[in-house]
Amino acid sequence: MDNVLVSCEQADEFKVGNHVLHSRLILGTGKYDSFEEMRQAIEASGTACVTIAVRRERLHDSSGRNILDYLDADNLLLLPNTAGCYDAETAVRCARMGREILRGLENPGANWVKLEVLGDSRTLLPDPIETVKATELLVNDGFQVLCYTSDDPIIARRLKNAGATAVMPAGSPIGSGLGILNQNSLQIILEDLKNDDPDYPVIVDAGVGTASDVAIAMELGFDGVLLNTAVARAKNPIKMAEAMRLGVKAGRLARLGGRINKAKYAAASSPDVGVITSRDPK
Amino acid sequence: MSDNKNKLEITVNGEPLVVDEGTTVTQLLARMQMNRRGIAVEINQQLEPRENHDHRIVEHGDWFEIVTLVGGG
Repeated sequence: MDNVLVSCEQADEFKVGNHVLHSRLILGTGKYDSFEEMRQAIEASGTACVTIAVRRERLHDSSGRNILDYLDADNLLLLPNTAGCYDAETAVRCARMGREILRGLENPGANWVKLEVLGDSRTLLPDPIETVKATELLVNDGFQVLCYTSDDPIIARRLKNAGATAVMPAGSPIGSGLGILNQNSLQIILEDLKNDDPDYPVIVDAGVGTASDVAIAMELGFDGVLLNTAVARAKNPIKMAEAMRLGVKAGRLARLGGRINKAKYAAASSPDVGVITSRDPK
Repeated sequence: MSDNKNKLEITVNGEPLVVDEGTTVTQLLARMQMNRRGIAVEINQQLEPRENHDHRIVEHGDWFEIVTLVGGG
């Protein structure tokens, strides 16, 4: 069966902008107990792409370890985010600094960004107006923009029209582990964005709690899943990372396999004819 | 840094700093021990590309943001 999986994966490219990823799982690098644990989780997840954040260099601790020493930047595509930004202008500044760093590292991730413009710190829900504005600014500046957004189909459409390379609706609030709360809205987003453009990347970003959430997202027809907390804060992040790898694989195969229709009543799997009877039929 | 030079007051990552007149960005980064890979510099909210660091002279009142990569989702 492994051969079937391998051949399916090879034929099943995940293209986002000008990047082709060999895994449909994008993993965050935050909230691990240690860099070593993060590195092992990345390996176990099989991901080709990890997100990273841009923050002030510490003023008084030059001996502090750098995450770059624990990321295999030759083989991993880095996806810088604008996490923590609450307006379009700050998000654009943050994206440009991320691009500058990745250019210096000669990492191909320099040309893209995970755009996150938040509305407030309690919900961490995106500010839709600022997100659209930032998308336009960044697209004009040559970025491939992967947009974190809510499950609102209209905003998703606006972001695609603004030139977003991928739209990434949240399944539920960031770090909540609630999974996919509004399947119906997410299905509308998928239908809308892929209607005349089936290869347009739509990715679930945020809210995943466990592997079954990932499988459901992939079964619904999402092209990939981006998650962080569900692995980093699991009791055993390395085991959970592998579960996510398999969840993505299972969900994607199920999507390609094509699920049966749901029915109200039973339908026997064994033939009706040829069932044995008792000696004295009533 | 010699004392006969004029001093400039700047802000780096939110904290005040005094540097000699004529200091370049490259020299500032070296002094702060931030001259390593994985750094980006913004001055007065405009990105300052690394190819400019050798000749961009720090000016009085400059507002620096010096950033690096950290774990994030």
